[in-house]
Amino acid sequence: MLMYVVRRLLQAVPVVIGTTFLIYFMVFSMPGDPILAMFGDKTPSPAVYDALAAQYHLDQPFIVQYGLYMKDLFTGNLGTTFSGEDVGTVLARTFPVTLKLAAMAITFEFITAVVLGLFAGLRKGKLFDNITLVIGLILMSVPIFVLCFIAQYFVAIKWGWASPTVGADTSFSNMLLPAIVLALSLFTTSMRLMRGTVIDTRSRDWVRTAYAKGLPARRVIPVHVLRNSLIPVVTNSAANFGVLMVGATVTEGIFNIPGVGNTLYQAIVRGEGPTVVSFVTVMVLAYVAINILVDLLYAVLDPRIRYA
Amino acid sequence: MKFSKSVIGGAALASASALVLVGCSPEGSESDSTATAGDSASTGAAIIKTNGSEPQNPLIPVATNETGGGKIIDALFAGLVYYDATGAAHNEVAESIETDDSQTFTVTLKDGWTFTDGTPVTASSFVDAWNWGADPANSATALNSYFFEQIEGFDGYNSEEGASNPEMSGLKVIDDSTFTITLAAPNAEFPLALGYSAFYPLPESFFADPEAFGKAPVGNGIYTLASADDWKHDVQIDLSVNDSYAGEREVMNDGLSIVFYASQDAAYADLLAGNVDVIDGIPDANLATFGDDLGERAVNQPAAIFQSFTIPQNLEHFSGEEGNLRRQALSMAINRDEITNVIFQDTRTPASDFTSPVIDGWSDSIPGSEVLEYNPEKAVELWAEADAISPWSGTFSIGYNSDGGHQTWVEAVTNSIENTLGIDASGLPYATFADFRTDVTNRTITGAFRTGWQADYPSLENFLGPIYYTGAGSNDGDYSSEEFDTLVDEGKTASTPEEAIEKFQQAQEVLFTDLPAIPLWYSNVTGGYADTVENVQFDWHSVPLFYEITKK
Repeated sequence: MLMYVVRRLLQAVPVVIGTTFLIYFMVFSMPGDPILAMFGDKTPSPAVYDALAAQYHLDQPFIVQYGLYMKDLFTGNLGTTFSGEDVGTVLARTFPVTLKLAAMAITFEFITAVVLGLFAGLRKGKLFDNITLVIGLILMSVPIFVLCFIAQYFVAIKWGWASPTVGADTSFSNMLLPAIVLALSLFTTSMRLMRGTVIDTRSRDWVRTAYAKGLPARRVIPVHVLRNSLIPVVTNSAANFGVLMVGATVTEGIFNIPGVGNTLYQAIVRGEGPTVVSFVTVMVLAYVAINILVDLLYAVLDPRIRYA
Repeated sequence: MKFSKSVIGGAALASASALVLVGCSPEGSESDSTATAGDSASTGAAIIKTNGSEPQNPLIPVATNETGGGKIIDALFAGLVYYDATGAAHNEVAESIETDDSQTFTVTLKDGWTFTDGTPVTASSFVDAWNWGADPANSATALNSYFFEQIEGFDGYNSEEGASNPEMSGLKVIDDSTFTITLAAPNAEFPLALGYSAFYPLPESFFADPEAFGKAPVGNGIYTLASADDWKHDVQIDLSVNDSYAGEREVMNDGLSIVFYASQDAAYADLLAGNVDVIDGIPDANLATFGDDLGERAVNQPAAIFQSFTIPQNLEHFSGEEGNLRRQALSMAINRDEITNVIFQDTRTPASDFTSPVIDGWSDSIPGSEVLEYNPEKAVELWAEADAISPWSGTFSIGYNSDGGHQTWVEAVTNSIENTLGIDASGLPYATFADFRTDVTNRTITGAFRTGWQADYPSLENFLGPIYYTGAGSNDGDYSSEEFDTLVDEGKTASTPEEAIEKFQQAQEVLFTDLPAIPLWYSNVTGGYADTVENVQFDWHSVPLFYEITKK
């Protein structure tokens, strides 16, 4: 088990180096000059231009910029934004918000998927099964920004049940609406997985044995069917969590949530190389970590799986 | 120039949302906003909430060149003069600004002004601040240093790297409340510029540690940042009323909260729900409906923003006699009324000169301005005349950045040209604003390109000199006209404002003949306010006069 974790972590090293290099290269190759963009329609004087270029190492060739950046990165210095803030500080401020949003969304997604999937599986081919399928497919195929705008317009503005944006108040109740919207856009896959495994599990020997022993359905369903059907749903939801962790850019933008996705988007627009790369580096680390955790979860949920 | 994304077109996130929100405009937003109005008012204090964006630079006046930080800086500091809603300048910290020759100005300060840290505002507060901004050693921070280039002894651009020259010879402190400004060349309009943020004073504490100051600025303005914690980065900044403010502008509320939004859509949603009181930007998707949504609380008025497209002087077929004919033909081939109405829902005002209607001295009847009227017959005639000199070939293109919502109007303009003149015309999109500006700055763009200008201070000269004067910083088309340069110089040295206005209008007559840029329209400021507030007035610079706003 320990060896497995160590091996997975070692595998992550080239992944992190490779992604930072790629991202740095892509930001570097973005057309246009971020310094000129800072001045709008005005052209900065050559001296001002040179001073700014030197400050952000933009006058150096790509490989030198990357080297300088990686050197700083390993000494714990994530660089500074154009407004002079430490990128580490920005991350420390925005990551908890995104983490909270992702945790809330995944909790809703998981509960919805398990409950609906369980009943759909138990009533295979019946009306309930078909209705959840149709609704799930609709929610899955509608682009997320449409869901966001509809929810924002009706729930928040028209009916006044929630605040249309989050802003400074990142409390549970204020983030409820965006979290539910995210959950709605994600739950279908998990729900269908749940339904499929429930159907499969119900025909297993141990379920038939349980019924044969005379156990009532209220004991067989939760203990023998539900528990054994959870494995694929847990892993799917955990993978979704990894995706959300790296920022739901569109949702965060529409609901004005001060999270990772929103900040990253603005940094990309402004061409702030160091900010973008630092954010992406941390995101890659988070994603890799969550994936390792997901793999370990398999072993916890299914005793048949062992890692050596 | 302070630039904002909506003006210069960094990122209007609106395109996609158009589909959704246009379809569902509220029938009764009056009742909607009252539903949640109680929440914000429940604290008792009349705090005005408005929209903004996270400052992109430290909060130092001379370092702030974009609207996100500019809005905060203007609330925190008071300069020698301030501008009222109409753009007229009034003395604020200055008791008087006097000159005999439009070159040397004697500034006398009023008594009783202090910074929020208790130190007095003296002549040195201004002189030291300006010298710091003009010091070449600070040029990476002082993005607005070009404002000092008129002052004698400015060498912020021309020094050896690392060299420092902390004093401009044109600034002399006489005593604590008097100093003189000597300009490199006479400019009667110079006092008008003194209300711009680059000219704000700075307290002594700034010079000890500019970096710390940029995080917790100490000002002398109407509002103050009571603690650095009130600036919640990427979220909002809470400003409280500055009790030591000594100016004549009366504050009618208890504070100002600027909420940072990544998109205008979110700000607009908050306005409809009553979560913000005033916003100064309407998302493109809601331009058609915001008048109905907000009723008389919708704001749509011309602003000090001039939009045009520039045809470089060296572009083939566009120089000399032939060029003038073609430029005029193009201008007359554009149906500005229809485009501003159909595409912009009347949130642009068709241009009738090279400045803006909010500026004193603006006129819609400058001789030569007929070329701005849609006149297809005349356009065809002029184009044919030009063809007689040298036949036209190729495509006429207008370069633009496609991340700023410019595509629709560029297509409309090129269609209008194509249909009228029967030539090939098309837009030339660039992926990003940065990409676009790089080609414009390096003169590698192959055709005409969109240009916009937002005035820094309310003066006709500010729309002309920086853009069309020979060799000026933003003269992207490399226009050069001796006649125009002379008239601008004469306007700047005129002894009375009336005379100056006359000269600047004559200078525009030259522009109407040469058309270095084809005027298109003035951007309007679009905004609105909730029914929780009253006395909302947008100033010449498209920003609400926050101090006047009262909460119901």
